[in-house]
This record gives sequence, structure tokens and C-alpha cells, in this order.
Amino acid sequence: MAKLIRGNAVVSDEWTLVALPVRDEPVKKQAGKAVLFKLTGEAAATDAEVAGVGIPGGKVIVPMSVWLGRHAELTARLAAGQLGVWLDSFEEPETLAASLHDINAFRVIAVNFPKFIDGRGFSVGRLLRERFGYRNELRAIGDVLRDQMFFFKRCGFDAYALRADRDAQDALAGLRDFSDPYQGAVDEPRPLFRRVARSA
Amino acid sequence: MYRYDAYDQRIVDERVAQFRDQTRRYLAGELTDDEFRPLRLQNGLYVQRHAPMLRVAIPYGLLSGRQLRTLAHIARKYDRGYAHFSTRQNIQYNWPALETVPDILADLASVQMHAIQTSGNCIRNITTDQFAGVAPDEIQDPRPWAEILRQWSTFHPEFAFLPRKFKIAVCGSREDRAVILVHDIGLQLTTNAAGETGFRVYVGGGLGRTPIIGSLIREFIEWQHVATYCEAVLRVYNRYGRRDNAYKARIKILVKALKPEVFAQKVDAEWAHLKDGPGTLTQAEVDRVSAHFRAPAYATLPALDADYGARRETDKAFSAWARRNVHGHKVPGYAAVTLSLKKTGVAPGDATADQMDIVADLAERYSLGELRVSHEQNLILADVRQADLVAVWQAARAAGLATPNIGLLTDIVCCPGGDFCSLANAKSIPIAQAIQQKFDDLDYLHDIGELDLNISGCMNSCGHHHVGHIGVLGVDKDGSEWYQISIGGSQGTAAALGDVIGPSFAADEVPGVVEKLIGTYLEQRTDEERFIDTVRRIGVAPFKTRVYGESANARKVANG
Repeated sequence: MAKLIRGNAVVSDEWTLVALPVRDEPVKKQAGKAVLFKLTGEAAATDAEVAGVGIPGGKVIVPMSVWLGRHAELTARLAAGQLGVWLDSFEEPETLAASLHDINAFRVIAVNFPKFIDGRGFSVGRLLRERFGYRNELRAIGDVLRDQMFFFKRCGFDAYALRADRDAQDALAGLRDFSDPYQGAVDEPRPLFRRVARSA
Repeated sequence: MYRYDAYDQRIVDERVAQFRDQTRRYLAGELTDDEFRPLRLQNGLYVQRHAPMLRVAIPYGLLSGRQLRTLAHIARKYDRGYAHFSTRQNIQYNWPALETVPDILADLASVQMHAIQTSGNCIRNITTDQFAGVAPDEIQDPRPWAEILRQWSTFHPEFAFLPRKFKIAVCGSREDRAVILVHDIGLQLTTNAAGETGFRVYVGGGLGRTPIIGSLIREFIEWQHVATYCEAVLRVYNRYGRRDNAYKARIKILVKALKPEVFAQKVDAEWAHLKDGPGTLTQAEVDRVSAHFRAPAYATLPALDADYGARRETDKAFSAWARRNVHGHKVPGYAAVTLSLKKTGVAPGDATADQMDIVADLAERYSLGELRVSHEQNLILADVRQADLVAVWQAARAAGLATPNIGLLTDIVCCPGGDFCSLANAKSIPIAQAIQQKFDDLDYLHDIGELDLNISGCMNSCGHHHVGHIGVLGVDKDGSEWYQISIGGSQGTAAALGDVIGPSFAADEVPGVVEKLIGTYLEQRTDEERFIDTVRRIGVAPFKTRVYGESANARKVANG
């Protein structure tokens, strides 16, 4: 089982992540390298794919497209605190926020980083926290690595599904790479110049 | 200049520790090449043709003598005794060993320097005018704003993995010496009708494969809001910039695809949420940073030093140097001096460790201990008394730094090219040297007058060939090196992109082509007309005819 870091601790994860079916898409290549990124706003799945996703019992984190397409079926689980949702890097938090009255009905929202160099999820995290007032667990999933931990934390993430082949203690150290960052973000909205008296 | 407090120092020290650990993990096999690549790039470390290349940040081109001595020390200890000043006011070492880079960073940190975000898909070193603070046409000193934005962008958690690199330039004078129109964000300091300070904001300029002049997206943003407004621009770009094709991932492609007006609306909508938030700048912070750039205590001097004036009349060599390499200063009796890194036979922008030490001495002795790096790859002593100019000239001449060619044809802007860079299609330094040799006669050079000649070894355009009055671009054709020539480009307030004159040339043909272009200009020019003025007046056609002959298209085409 993949390791989950929640806050500053390694914990076991009681949530089941529900994936979309893997599509047999032609791999786009550029200069010999596979290019996987979708443009922001592209659809993650077809209606048929959404309908075909099997959702197990218990606490589940479903794809945003499944939440949007199978709303009625999932409402009771949401009310019971058994439902989380995940966004891919190209999906828009505005769409999620518009789909329900209170975004804090979700106990978990996860944001996928398909590759760690796809930095859209950092903006998604900040928007969920700062614009849409989301207060529950915000989890980074996908290509989650030690050297991005500090940035995840600053952008509002408080849980990290570290890639299975990596050391959790090492990743925890990554949360402390810098003591006093210059700019404000979710974890500390005030820039350094508003936090401390800096003398010339 | 800006001096670190304990917070600034801790950030660079923590960066050294972080990178030391990343390097250790990479060498131990805990990080793959693909995982380490973005990390090392964000520390300016490329893997190049011969060895890694390390790019060190010189924030907005400003250096102290002590810092320059440390750069010289690094060149001696970890490299081969020289380094290259780049077109983005940075310095590059071409031969360091990967294992020693953490030690180099530690040496840099000891003099308040770093290599943070000098490469990679993040916000790069913020650049400005090399004459900031002393230029007679300055509206306001851009350096405090560049420093404030440097701090805002350093390890910005949201923008560490953008679709592509992101370059910001700030201009505080009337004449734009920071080429803000070819930056991802160009900020022009200005005042509104009420006399308040703010910025005109241009977005989406750039050179490279798709050269575009930036679009004005906001006529005036009050100074308090410049960081939050930039944050809004970056957020729109981070979310909507293309990530499916590296060649279409710069913000200029997004701005063009959406249309600048629509892009501006998206930014405004985003900014509405950030405006007046905690990221809003405070007067106290601007005052704190500005205090580091306060004008030094200048002496009261006559507007023209008598001995300096007399020497200009009597000494031809000194006079030639003074005419090209000495610039006006806002304080009477002072001058700014450009030390040329464009001596014939030396790669443009290269300086040896010994030269760096000499320049550090000159800065300390004659220019209040500081110097600047220009994006034209020269070094500037910004605060020299006119009475000291002869001494500066003599010392610079002895060190090979007094070529009187600033702004002239042989003051070539040139990337490292195929000799060093793994991206290059073609060599660029030998082309620069061949042109310099052809135009080595000083009287001829001065007669030709002001001319920007820029050479890039590939379409990534590090040599800014698009904005050269004459631009040379290395292209690859069936595995051999060819050079495409353009004319009519210009930087500055009237920035324009050059037009390609026709099919490409082999390396040994390039100096002859430049000579034909110059010949056409010398025949056609009116009094007081510079090369670029003549091109603008008569168009490309006469130049083309001279180079290719009347039957231009009959020539065997190497590259269209």
C-alpha cells in the first residue's frame, strides 16, 4: 500500500482511490519524448467511461467526472462523510465548486500530479483553499516526491500520497527545506515583509 | 546595492544545503536523471557538450567588487580560469564538475550570491537597465522594484513548475535598455496623472522560435499592486499555458491564442481576488528596499573636468575610447564607463579570472565599489569621476578591456553556440571572431557608426539575433552549419524584429555578407543616418540585391 503522509505523520490510509479506466490513447511524442499533458479544461472521461466506473463500498475518493456525472447516486455517501473527490491537473476547481452547495461536504479532495513537473496542481490547491474556502483534507496524489513537498505544503496541501517507491521519513524532511519563505501562500498568507520587522 | 539581512542569508544557505542533498541523492542513485534534471536546472546547472554548465544569477546585473573577486576565485578553483557573461546579466561557468557545484554555491552564498532559478521552467532572474540609478533619462530607479520582485519570485511555491521559463524585465528610464518588449512580462515604470508611481505592463513578448513583441495589457498598475498583479498573470499562465508542446508553451503563445484583450480580462478577473490582499506591497517595505539603492554621496564637481576635456582633444586613442565607452551621468562631473568584453579574438562576453580581479580593483578604486553587467555582455563602472577616466582607461587598456567599440559593429552580442551549448545548431563564437577580424580597423568601424550585430547559434535566440540591426542565426541543414542573416531588427523603445534577407550562407561567407550589407549602407546613407535608419528608410530590397545579385533566386538554396 502506498504511504500516506498526513500533516507530519505517516499514517495508514482509510480511503480508496477510484481511478478512471486507462484509455488506449496514442502517445503524443515530441523530440522523442512522450508528452502526456492535457490542456486545462479538456474532458477527463466520456459519459460511457464515467458510467462504467465501479465504485467500491467504504470511504472512496472518486474522479471529479464521476462525481459530476453520477451525482444522485453519490449524494447519500457524501452526506455520510464517506465521499472524497479527486481532480486531475487539467480539471478546474471552479467546476467542482459550482457542483455543490458546500465544498466542505467532501472530507477529502485530492489533486493529481500526473508528472511532478506539471505544476497546475499548485494553483488548483491554492484556489480550493483561498477562493473556495475548502478546509478539509487536501491531498496530493500521483507523482508525489520529496523535492516538491515544501511547495505542496505552501499551496494548501496537508496530505501527501508519496510515490510507493520513496522513503516517507525523507519526504517529511522535505517539508522543512526552508524556514522563512519570502512570499505569502496558503500556509502563511503574509509575505515576509508583513511578518517580521526587516531593517534596511 | 541590496545587502542581505539574516532572512535573505538563511534562504540562500538553506538552498545550498538543499542542493547538496539533492546532488548527493542523485549521485547515490536515489534520484533518476528525469527527477534530478528540473532540480538542477532550477539551480542553473545544465549538462552541456563537455561538462556541466553552471549559470550564476547576478540580480539585475549589479555586483560588488568583492562579489566579482569571488566569481574570479570560482573560475580559478573550479573551472578553467575564465567565465562567460550572458545576455541576461548572468555569468556562466563552462567546466565545473557536478560534485563540486554544492561547494561553488556555498562560496557564492558567502558573498550573498546564488544560482537560484537561473534556468528551468520557473521565474528567472529579473533584469533591468545597466545604467539604473545613474542614467540621465531615468524616471525612477528600477532596481528596488526588481529586488522586490526577486524576493516575491524566489521559491514561489505555486510557480516552480510552469509550462516554460518565465522572464521579467523592469525599465525605469525613457529609453528602454532592458528590452522589456521581448520579455514574458515587461514592466515600464511611469507615473499617472496624479503623479503616483506605477507600471505599464506588457505581456507575451519573446524571441526564440516565435519572436513576438509584447502586448500592452495594462496602462497603469499602482506600485502597491505590482506583485499581486504579476501573481495573477502567472496564475493564468500556469493554468492555461500549453503543456503539450514545449515549443508552444511560452506565455506569448497563450496571449496570442486568446488575443491580448481576452488575456488581460482573464488576468483582471484573477487579480480582483488578489487585489488588496496580504501580497499588496507596503510603503515600509518599498522604503526598506529603496534605502539600499539610495544615491551615494557624490562630490560637487564641475560639469566638465578640464584635464579630461583637454585629453579628449589631444589624445586620439583616448578620445576614441571616450566617445564610445564613456556615457553620461546624471551627476555633473561623473561618468559611466563600459569595459568592453568584445576584444577581437576573444569570445564575446568572456572574461578571465585575472580580468575580473582587475575590474574589481577598478570598481573599488574609482566607482564606489560596484559594477554592472549589461545584457550586451559588457561590464560597466557606473560612478567614475571624469578626472579618473584617464587612469581607468589606462588600466583597462592594459587588461584588454578598453576596445573602443561599444555600440559599434564589433560589440557583438553572441551566445556560447555550438562550441559549448548542446542546444546549438551551429557555432557562433568563430563567426563573431571572423566578423571582428574583418572590421578591425578602428577608423572604418567608427565611420560605420552605431550598429547592433547579434549572433545566436540556434532559434532559442540567446544572442537576441531578432533584435540585432544585423542578426545572424545558426541553422542546421542536413547536418552542416548554415547561417541565416536578417536586418532591420532593433531593441529599445522602438523594438522591432528583423527581416531575413534570403537563403543561408556557409560560415566562411558570413563576414563577406556583412561587408556587402555595410557597403550598401555606406553608399545609401544620408548624413547622420545610422545603419538601422537607412534600412528603415530604403527597405530590405537594396541590401538583398547587393548580397544575392539581381538574380537572387538563381542561387542554390541551402535553407529557405
